Amino acid sequence: MTTVLRAHAEDQYAEELAVLAKDDDRVRPPGWKLSPWAVTTYVLGDGDRITPKYIGPRRIVEVAVATLATDRALLLLGVPGTAKTWLSEHLAAAISGDSTLLVQGTAGTAEEAVRYGWNYARLLAEGPSREALTPSPVMRAMAEGRIARVEELTRMPSDVQDALITVLSEKTLPIPELNQEVQASRGFNVIATANDRDRGVNDLSSALRRRFNTVVLPVPATAEEEVDIVSRRVGQLGRSLELPPALTGLEEIRRVVTVFRELRTGVTEDGRTKVKSPSGTLSTAEAISVLTNGIALAAHFGDGVLRPSDVAAGIVGAVVQDPVSDRVVWREYLETVVRERQDWRDFYRACRDEG
Amino acid sequence: MTRGEAVLNPHMTVSVLGVRHHGPGSARSLKDELERLRPDIVLVEGPPEADGLVELAKDPELEPPVALLAHVPGEPSRAAFWPFAVFSPEWQAIRYAVEAGVPLRFCDLPAAHGLAPGADAPAGEADDADAPGERGAEEGSGGEAADGEPAVRVDPIGALARAAGYDDPERWWEDVVEHRGDTPFQVIAEAMAAVREGHVADGHEARREAFMRRTIRRAVKEGFERIAVVCGAWHVPALAGSPDGAAAWGAGLPSGKADDALLRGLPKVKVEMTWVPWTYGRLAAWSGYGAGVTSPGWYHHLFVAPDRPVERWLTSAAGVLREEDLPVSSAHVIEAVRLARSLAVLRGRPLAGLAEATEAVRAVLCEGDDLPVELVQRRMVVGERLGHVPDSTPMVPLQRHLREEQRRLKLKPEALDREHDLDLRKPLDLERSGLLHRLRLLGVDWGTPQTSRSKGTFRESWTLAWRPEFDIDLIEASAWGTTVPAAATARVRDMAEGRAEPVQDASPGAGPSGPGARGGRRNGHTGTGGRGGTASAVSLATLTGLVERCLLADLPDALPYVLDALSARAALDGDVTHLMAALPAMVRAQRYGDVRGTPAAGLATIVDALLSRICVGLGGAVTGLDDAAARDLLGHVDAVHAAVALLQDVSAPSAAAPSHDAPVASAEALPGEVSGASAGTGGRGASGVPSEVLSRQASGVSGETTSRDASGESGETPRRRWLAALRGVSGRADLHGVIEGRFTRILLDAGDLDVGQAGTLMSKAMSAGHPPARAASWVEGFLSGGGLLLVHDPRLLALVDEWLTGLAPETFVDVLPLLRRTFGAFAAPERRSIGSRVRSLGVEDDDTLDEDVDEERAAAAVRTVLAILGRTETA
Repeated sequence: MTTVLRAHAEDQYAEELAVLAKDDDRVRPPGWKLSPWAVTTYVLGDGDRITPKYIGPRRIVEVAVATLATDRALLLLGVPGTAKTWLSEHLAAAISGDSTLLVQGTAGTAEEAVRYGWNYARLLAEGPSREALTPSPVMRAMAEGRIARVEELTRMPSDVQDALITVLSEKTLPIPELNQEVQASRGFNVIATANDRDRGVNDLSSALRRRFNTVVLPVPATAEEEVDIVSRRVGQLGRSLELPPALTGLEEIRRVVTVFRELRTGVTEDGRTKVKSPSGTLSTAEAISVLTNGIALAAHFGDGVLRPSDVAAGIVGAVVQDPVSDRVVWREYLETVVRERQDWRDFYRACRDEG
Repeated sequence: MTRGEAVLNPHMTVSVLGVRHHGPGSARSLKDELERLRPDIVLVEGPPEADGLVELAKDPELEPPVALLAHVPGEPSRAAFWPFAVFSPEWQAIRYAVEAGVPLRFCDLPAAHGLAPGADAPAGEADDADAPGERGAEEGSGGEAADGEPAVRVDPIGALARAAGYDDPERWWEDVVEHRGDTPFQVIAEAMAAVREGHVADGHEARREAFMRRTIRRAVKEGFERIAVVCGAWHVPALAGSPDGAAAWGAGLPSGKADDALLRGLPKVKVEMTWVPWTYGRLAAWSGYGAGVTSPGWYHHLFVAPDRPVERWLTSAAGVLREEDLPVSSAHVIEAVRLARSLAVLRGRPLAGLAEATEAVRAVLCEGDDLPVELVQRRMVVGERLGHVPDSTPMVPLQRHLREEQRRLKLKPEALDREHDLDLRKPLDLERSGLLHRLRLLGVDWGTPQTSRSKGTFRESWTLAWRPEFDIDLIEASAWGTTVPAAATARVRDMAEGRAEPVQDASPGAGPSGPGARGGRRNGHTGTGGRGGTASAVSLATLTGLVERCLLADLPDALPYVLDALSARAALDGDVTHLMAALPAMVRAQRYGDVRGTPAAGLATIVDALLSRICVGLGGAVTGLDDAAARDLLGHVDAVHAAVALLQDVSAPSAAAPSHDAPVASAEALPGEVSGASAGTGGRGASGVPSEVLSRQASGVSGETTSRDASGESGETPRRRWLAALRGVSGRADLHGVIEGRFTRILLDAGDLDVGQAGTLMSKAMSAGHPPARAASWVEGFLSGGGLLLVHDPRLLALVDEWLTGLAPETFVDVLPLLRRTFGAFAAPERRSIGSRVRSLGVEDDDTLDEDVDEERAAAAVRTVLAILGRTETA
């Protein structure tokens, strides 16, 4: 085991990638490490040696891979916690074998992060030259023919976003200072992710929007699917964090997922009772972190078995984002829904104790 | 035997062409195959009764999608459809036969057997997707799979698809047959032979195939040389015999004798057939009973597009989106095509299909938004096409008349929901409205009335959508008459006389009536005789609803009958609540009558008579009620009160001078009856007020002095009669508190009582002599519908307050729920201002408000208010 806290996808799944590359005899688009079929298999799993990375509709992954194969950029949209970043990382790892060419979009992201910056010491000493240039991840991806990832595209200021237009349409990055340009090698492409819950932060210009094929990642369709995702991820995380193995009952996972789903959709799973939705997103990713947290609690402070009391604090924390209104919502849910469920007694008590 | 014939004519060939029903690829290759074979007769799977209708396909006016409709005359609910789209192979076979001038015969089991009531597999037929069951659509694309007895659901296509490694049989068909560009019929026959191996057709399926073989034999015997048989792929082995093609036709098939034995003694019924227009929406499985074709629009496109289907499809999708003002550029379309192609490659399909095209539409054209994808789905994938049949198609006269009307009124039947706003002041729109209302009376809901956005009564909003089954409804309705108005009139007459099931009532406020609504009543009037007779089956409220609809539908000829029935029913119905439930609809009808220019005189008489009966009967109806019944009655009283107000506004003159030439026999006898009966009421009443009512009603002149709005017209207005009746009743001691309170309030609002009188009545009701519960219900009745009165009249407020504070603690708890209910119904600001009034109750001087008004300065405001109210300032 390495000492890094979280290995890159291409390192963590190096074995699977190698297996796929060995058996892959289909046509690979120029610059791709694997054929599109193999990429799809890598992401969705084959039920045998390849573990599924993304659990969801097959068509979404197919559209995503086909988009990248047409040299169109890919925009992954979805509410927070729908595995946008996760999917983009694995796609980049499978296609270019490198998921590290990453630009994180924030309100403070500068144009240099998308284009290039200067090493000012060299610039002053030697004057403008290619050596004095510090390339951005996008520029490097272009030069090397790899996938660049742009996270939270809509959080970037609009003028920085628009720097991508030339890159995406002309596939070239001009450097006017040197009267040069970097032309993209084959295999270059961009995967961007954006959160459509706070759409309008810095909405994409239609010129940029037009360069992307858009894939909307849905929240898991069924409770079973979500339980599957959560338990799989909780297991993986526990292993990579080297948590002491705790006995994780599927029951507890199901319970957390049910609570999250019911609060998210505003109606109980049996469709009988309407409940209020809190202000938080309550995504699958949050359910995963609640459970990981619970397991850590159970392993270090408890008896090694995940118990309702271990997840209660996490759940309350995830649900109650706004201390006033969300607490009312949570209380109401607790008293009207959770209390009625006979086999949820211990869970109810644990949540009551949390407040 | 068949062998012998084959020897007789060595050139004879029988080509059995297995197709996929509604498969565009099949249709295209069938077309080519027929061109190549040049048959001198074409046999098609379908009901042989339709042979005579094939000629109509020559007419370019017969535009698919259309369906063959088989129905049993006189029993229109027994019907079956065989839909054909332009991409149906059967339709292409018909087209070929018509153009090449060769005979075409349908060779399936006659509809006469399928629709016969005693068909020997009746239970099976309804479930059998392939058989013409009750109104069932024939032939799913996968319908052949469901062929045979329902218990043995054999799925040959599924079996082949699974063998090829496809999870979805539809997609396998698409890939292997539709996308190949040519269909090797020989290969299909072999494949089907393999799938059908070991399968023994029995029951319905065996009979169908026997009949097909019999038809082929007949064609052979008649000396046709090149016979082409177009049937579902599943039937090929049963019709073609040995697949090697070396032996003459008939080898390996059951003998003609065996088939005849199988077909002997089938039940039969007389069946009529015709073409009817069909829609793609109806072909699609997702809109109820369809033919199992989920994407008729796509199939249509595949069949019609000469080349590059995906490119053309995405271009038209962009067009659809642009129509909705969504910005879609040609660059979008280019990228969409590229995505669809690479997806197809990724999925290992030879050509991009609908699934890939839809993904491309979603990811590129719609930028991930599902809403516009839905639009494309509805407009293009299913499509909105509605077929058309020529005038020469056999039709019942009613259908023909409707077609003429549609043409005359420029209302085209369309499959898609379309909004129509009709302005009833225009003659054309008025006639359109009349037509739609008449059709609704006939049970053909082509148009559905929408709640109009504008307040004016001259506006009507409709949503029009033509559904194929309306043809069936029209055929059914043709029993009533040959034109739409005649049929509707006859239908209404029968409904009024209780012979026909009333169509579901569309009038919104027909009112709850019926014995169940008055659970706790002990009323001498209920159950009195006269329930017998023809009209007994129809309730009064239904009849009044019918009157309203007659007026809407402009059926003056039907109106007298309904009014007759109504007045007979009203005379016999002793239950005042029935009458009260009926009145509002009648009053509404009268108002509509005015807007539409229908003579409402007969109606006015009826309304007048109804109101008189209500006024008379009210006294008997209000006594001895329990809480629930009282509240029930209260609802009726309020409705009648509102209706009466309307009546006065609209039709005071006509009510004052009822025209007696209206064809209502019993109307003339009414006035005398009224006065006599009201004398009875007066006698029953305890207080002295009713005598005034009596004298006024008997004399018929306005002896009223208390009313402020006496405008000097001769004769009494309905409103005054109604108020008088209320007044007569309200003084009685045996009233339920809620009712007495409400009556007092109505009279107060109407200005019939002044505040002082009301205060007296209130203090009487609140006094210790009444149990607190009654007082509380009095308050409830008095204050229901708004508490502003308490805000503005400190005296009444003081009375209520006094009564409340004077209650003993335990009685307070008793009446609390009632009070809560009363006050809870008020709007929050009202409650708040009542509360603030109560707080300052002792402090405030009663008269400060009145004294402070400066008349001169207020005059301008008063004038404006009067102008707004539409009244001129009178001296």
